Amino acid sequence: MYFWAHFQQNTIDIMNKIVKKEVFSDKVVRLDIEAPLIAKSRKAGHFVMVKVDEHGERIPLTIASSDTEKGTITLVVQNVGRSSAKLCKLNEGDVIEHVVGPLGKATHIENFGTAVCACGGVGTAPMLPIVEALKKAGNKVITVLAARTKDLIILEEQIRQYSDEVIVMTDDGSYGKKGLVTNGVEEIINREKVDICVTIGPAVMMKFVSLLTKKYNVPTVASLNTIMVDGTGMCGACRVTVGGQTKFVCVDGPEFDAHQVDFDQMIARLGAYKDIEAEDNCKAI
Amino acid sequence: MSEDRNAPWRDELRKTIKAKDRTALERVHMNELDPEYRSHNKEEVNQGLTAEQAMKEAQRCIDCANPTCMQGCPVSIDIPGFIKNIERGEFLQAAKVLKNTSALPAVCGRVCPQEVQCEAQCIHVKMGKQAVAIGHLERFAADYERESGKMDIPVCAPSNGIKVGIIGAGPAGLSCAGDLAKLGYDVTVFEALHEVGGVLKYGIPEFRLPNVIVDVEVEVLRKMGVKFITDCLVGKTVTLEDLQAEGFKCFFVASGAGLPNFMNIPGENLINVLSSNEYLTRVNLMDAANPESDTPVFFGKNVAIIGGGNTAMDSVRTAKRLGAKRSMIVYRRSEQEMPARLEEVKHAKEEGVEFMTLHNPIEYIGDEKGRVKQMRLQKMELGEPDASGRRKPVEIPGAIETIDVDMVIVAIGVSPNPIVPSSIKGLEITKWHTIVVNESMQSSIPVVFAGGDIVRGGATVILAMGDGRRAAAGIDAYLQNKK
Ligand SMILES: Cc1cc2nc3c(=O)[nH]c(=O)nc-3n(C[C@H](O)[C@H](O)[C@H](O)COP(=O)(O)OP(=O)(O)OC[C@H]3O[C@@H](n4cnc5c(N)ncnc54)[C@H](O)[C@@H]3O)c2cc1C
Ligand code: FES
Repeated sequence: MYFWAHFQQNTIDIMNKIVKKEVFSDKVVRLDIEAPLIAKSRKAGHFVMVKVDEHGERIPLTIASSDTEKGTITLVVQNVGRSSAKLCKLNEGDVIEHVVGPLGKATHIENFGTAVCACGGVGTAPMLPIVEALKKAGNKVITVLAARTKDLIILEEQIRQYSDEVIVMTDDGSYGKKGLVTNGVEEIINREKVDICVTIGPAVMMKFVSLLTKKYNVPTVASLNTIMVDGTGMCGACRVTVGGQTKFVCVDGPEFDAHQVDFDQMIARLGAYKDIEAEDNCKAI
Repeated sequence: MSEDRNAPWRDELRKTIKAKDRTALERVHMNELDPEYRSHNKEEVNQGLTAEQAMKEAQRCIDCANPTCMQGCPVSIDIPGFIKNIERGEFLQAAKVLKNTSALPAVCGRVCPQEVQCEAQCIHVKMGKQAVAIGHLERFAADYERESGKMDIPVCAPSNGIKVGIIGAGPAGLSCAGDLAKLGYDVTVFEALHEVGGVLKYGIPEFRLPNVIVDVEVEVLRKMGVKFITDCLVGKTVTLEDLQAEGFKCFFVASGAGLPNFMNIPGENLINVLSSNEYLTRVNLMDAANPESDTPVFFGKNVAIIGGGNTAMDSVRTAKRLGAKRSMIVYRRSEQEMPARLEEVKHAKEEGVEFMTLHNPIEYIGDEKGRVKQMRLQKMELGEPDASGRRKPVEIPGAIETIDVDMVIVAIGVSPNPIVPSSIKGLEITKWHTIVVNESMQSSIPVVFAGGDIVRGGATVILAMGDGRRAAAGIDAYLQNKK
C-alpha cells in the first residue's frame, strides 16, 4: 500500500498535497488532494476535517469523490470564511497541514425506486457521490441543480453522468428554469411517484425542501452542515435537534430524516459566530 | 524498584534532624502569580519552588519506615526515596527515582489531586499537621531535570522488530509507548487530532499545565524511536485489521473519554451554551483567543459553568481570563463534595470566581436570535448520602431563581467515545461503553489491550499513566509467551 511504503521509509508525514486544482467560480474551487488512506476507506456521505495552516480553523468538507489508484480525494471548497478563503488560494503542489477522515456515517444506499436529489450551490459537491451511488444501486435518479445564478452551477457534467434527468434552476433565470429548488422538486412530485428525496445545500434551502416533501409525504434525507470543531464527537459544537433529541452531526450524521430536523434551531446555531466573523462576509449561496 | 532506605547516606541524613523537629517545620508555600495579574493572561499560576525551598520542604519528611503516603499513590511512587534525594541536593537522582514509576512526573506534580492521594496519607496529617508538599516536590524534581538540559533519554533494548500500535496520544498512550520502546518494540502512536497529548493539550489550560511540558515528554519518546501519526482516526481512517495486515501484533487502546455529557434540559441547544470540551478545545488547542487564529470563540461577559470538577474550574478560570465580568460555578452539591482539586478551587476564588453551590440549572432562556440570555436555577439542599457516599442534593420545592447569563459552559462529565470500541468486532464493553479488561489491561480480544479513561470513564492522569505502564508489561508478557 502506497502510504505504508512511505511509512516504512520513515517519511511518516502524510503530505496532503494538492495535485489538481480547478476554479469553478471566484468563490468555488475544486481540489484533488493526496490522501491515500482516506481515499481507500471513504464512502458516499463521508466528510473530512481540514486545517489549512498553523492558524487555520478545523472545517468540515464533504468528500466529493476519490481515486483509490492515485490515492486522492476531491473536495469542493466555497470561500465563506477566513480558513476556506486560504484554502481556495492554495495551488497545485501546495500542502494542506491537516486532513483527517473519513468522518461521519456513510449514506444509506439501496434501490428505493425513484430518487430526487435536490441540491443548492456547493451542496452539489457532496451530492455527487450520492447521485453516483444511488444510480449504481439501480435507482432512477432525477437531480435538481439550483443556484442563485448561472456561474454558481457547478459539476453539472459529472452530475449528468449519473442522473437519468437533470433539472437546472436559477433564481435569476440566467440558466435553466427560473425559480427555486423547491419549484423543481414540486414539478417532479406532481408528475411522478417519488420514493426518496435527498437534499443538500444551505440550511434554509433544506428547510423548504423538507417542508415541501413533508406535504407530499415523500421520505427525505438532509445532509447537515453545522459548525464543527473536532468532527469526532468530542465537543458537541455540531449538535442539532432531531425528533426532539439532541444529536451530534459529526458522528450520528451528517444525514438525518429531514422531516424530524429542527431547521430553525440549526439555522440560528449556524449564525453563532456571525458577528465575530462579520468581516469575512459569510453569506451562503 | 525502591531506593534503599538503609543506604548509609540516607541513614545519616535521617539523623541530621530529629523527627520531632522535622514535624515542627512549616509547610512551604508555592510561589504564585498575583491573582489580579494572572487572571488576564495565560501564564502558569504556580511558579514552582526554588532549590532552597524544595530542600527545606524535603526536611519535613521524616522518612517513615512504613511510608503510608506510598499507599495513597495510585502507582506507588517511592515518595520518601525521591524526597530524601532532594533533601541532600541530588535533584537529578530524585527525578530518576520518580521516573522509575511515573512516566510523567512534571505533569502529575501539577495536576494530581494530591490532597486525596499521597498527601492525605502523610504521617503529618495524622498528627494534625499539614502534609509534606509531595506534589510540589515532585514537580520541582521533574522541572529541575528538564531545565537542567540533562534529561535522561532512557536506554532502549535492541529493537526486536515487533510492531505495536497505540491508539490515542493522551497520558495512557504516551506512557505505554515509552515502556514498550524501552523494551525494544517498534511503537507507533495513532492520534485523531492534529496534536499529541490528549486532554493534556486540548483540555487542561496553559495556566495550569504549559504545553511545553507535554512537548518535552513527547520529544523524549520520539528520540526513543516512537513514531507518531496524527490526523489518524483509528476505526475510520484505518481499522485494526488494516494495521494487522501491516504487521502490527498488538494494540493498546487509549482513546480516552471524549464524549461530552449534556443535561437534556430545555434551551440547552441555544447559541452560547456549549460543552467544556468545545470551549477548552477552541481556546487551548485552536488558540481561538489569539487574533491570529481563524477559530472564533465567544467572549462571554456573564458566564456560568455547570459542574464542580477540574474541567469546570479550568473553564471558569479561562472565561475570567477572556474578560468575563462575572464568572460563576453552578454546582448542585455543596463545596465539600466538589471533585475538583483543592488548589483549583482556591485559585478560582482568588481570581474572583463566584461559587453558586446547591444550585442546579433547569432551563435556559434565549433571546430573539436564539442566544442564551438567562438561566433558571433550582435551589437544592443536602439530604441523605447516596451511592457515592456523598450527601445527595434534593430540590427545595418552589425555590427557583432566574439569573442573566450570556454564556453557559456545561462541564458535567464525559463518556467514552464509541468510535474505536464499535469498530472492533467482538470487543466486550460495559453499558457505559467502557472497555472490559483484566488485571494486565487485556481486553476480551487477546491482542487488544486498553487503559485510561476508555476503561475507567473520566478518571485521572496518574491512573491513565499507570494503566499505560501496566498494559506495556502485559503486552510484553503476552508477546513473549506467544513466541
Ligand atoms: C479540562 C480537564 C481537566 C482535567 N484535570 C485533571 C487534573 O487536574 N488532574 C487529573 O488527574 N486529571 C484531570 N483530568 C482528567 C485527565 O485528563 C484524564 O483522566 C486523562 O487525560 C485520561 O488519559 P487518557 O490517555 O486515557 O485519555 P485522553 O487524554 O483523553 O487521550 C485520548 C486521546 O485519544 C485520541 N483518540 C480518541 N479516539 C481516537 C481514535 N479513534 N483514533 C486515534 N486517536 C483517538 C484523542 O484525540 C485523545 O488525544 C482533566 C480532564 C479534563 C477534560
Ligand atoms: S464537531 Fe465536535 S462533536 Fe461534532
